[in-house]
Amino acid sequence: MKSNLKVFLKGIIDVSPLMIPVVPFGLIFGVLAIDVGFTPIETMAMSLIIFGGASQIVLLQLFSGGASSLVIISSVGAVNSRHLLYGAVVSEHLSDLKLIWKIIISYFLIDQAFAISNEYLKKNKDHNRYFHLIGGGATCWVIWQSTTFLGIILGAAIPEKLGLSFAVPLTFLALLVNDFRKFINVIVIIISGLVATLGYNYIPFKAYVIVAALAGLFTAMILTRKNKKA
Amino acid sequence: MSNWALILYCGLITYLTRFSMIALIKKEMFNDRIREILSFVPSAIFPAIIFPAIFINDKGLIDIDDNPKILAAIIAMFIGIFSRSIIATIFSGLASYWFLIFVV
Repeated sequence: MKSNLKVFLKGIIDVSPLMIPVVPFGLIFGVLAIDVGFTPIETMAMSLIIFGGASQIVLLQLFSGGASSLVIISSVGAVNSRHLLYGAVVSEHLSDLKLIWKIIISYFLIDQAFAISNEYLKKNKDHNRYFHLIGGGATCWVIWQSTTFLGIILGAAIPEKLGLSFAVPLTFLALLVNDFRKFINVIVIIISGLVATLGYNYIPFKAYVIVAALAGLFTAMILTRKNKKA
Repeated sequence: MSNWALILYCGLITYLTRFSMIALIKKEMFNDRIREILSFVPSAIFPAIIFPAIFINDKGLIDIDDNPKILAAIIAMFIGIFSRSIIATIFSGLASYWFLIFVV
């Protein structure tokens, strides 16, 4: 069996290639948070407490649009619901862990660390195998905190004319690149986008993110059911 | 609600999603149908952020006449589809946007 440190280091090495896109994401977050009116301390606290790129950007986007706290919190919850699917996969590998480790690992269980460690956990049955997940998560943590910090500093120097807020839709667009190739996904994307845009001013409490997401999921339910019958 | 309370609650809900993933959710809890629907969550939720950020202007109105973001987003989408690269998608979109507002 490999030592804890070795497994931890293996996690760092494996996750490294996935860190490249995290750098611009973190910078953009830091710059925009200051731009929409959060203090540098609050911005840093967001990255430390939430530690989730999509959650934090959705928070900013809705906050700057004047949404209520309840709508922001439930939208963040909805954004995170995409992770529930991972749970079914990863919980199997971690079922024999002590509760304290589950509590610690949960903080580090982000997309990139999960994607990489899932492969490792499948092949490896050593009882210290979860150090791989912690290695990957810790690497992402360091990158995320340092790029947020850099973004906060750079934010003051970046002219508003550059329209850097446009990086938000681009970042989310980038997360969907694989879905644009699938027909049903494209229909779902269009329905959700149209509902959000047309409902932006009419859906109360800025709940357009949730309403549009439900409309998209409902569309997916109908289309996938028809698909099977055909 | 203060900014601090908002940050704490958003952190809490993000953490609880992750914790429930490894401590509560078991494989048996999701049948194939639920898994299939859950796999559409990104396609259902991200456009709700993307579309308004492109089509709604500072005044909160739909703007499709003189809006360089639309063309820039379309270019980014095609670059994304062909390159499958997150970075190429973001930077091609920003570069096109800057080209359209500063050069054209």
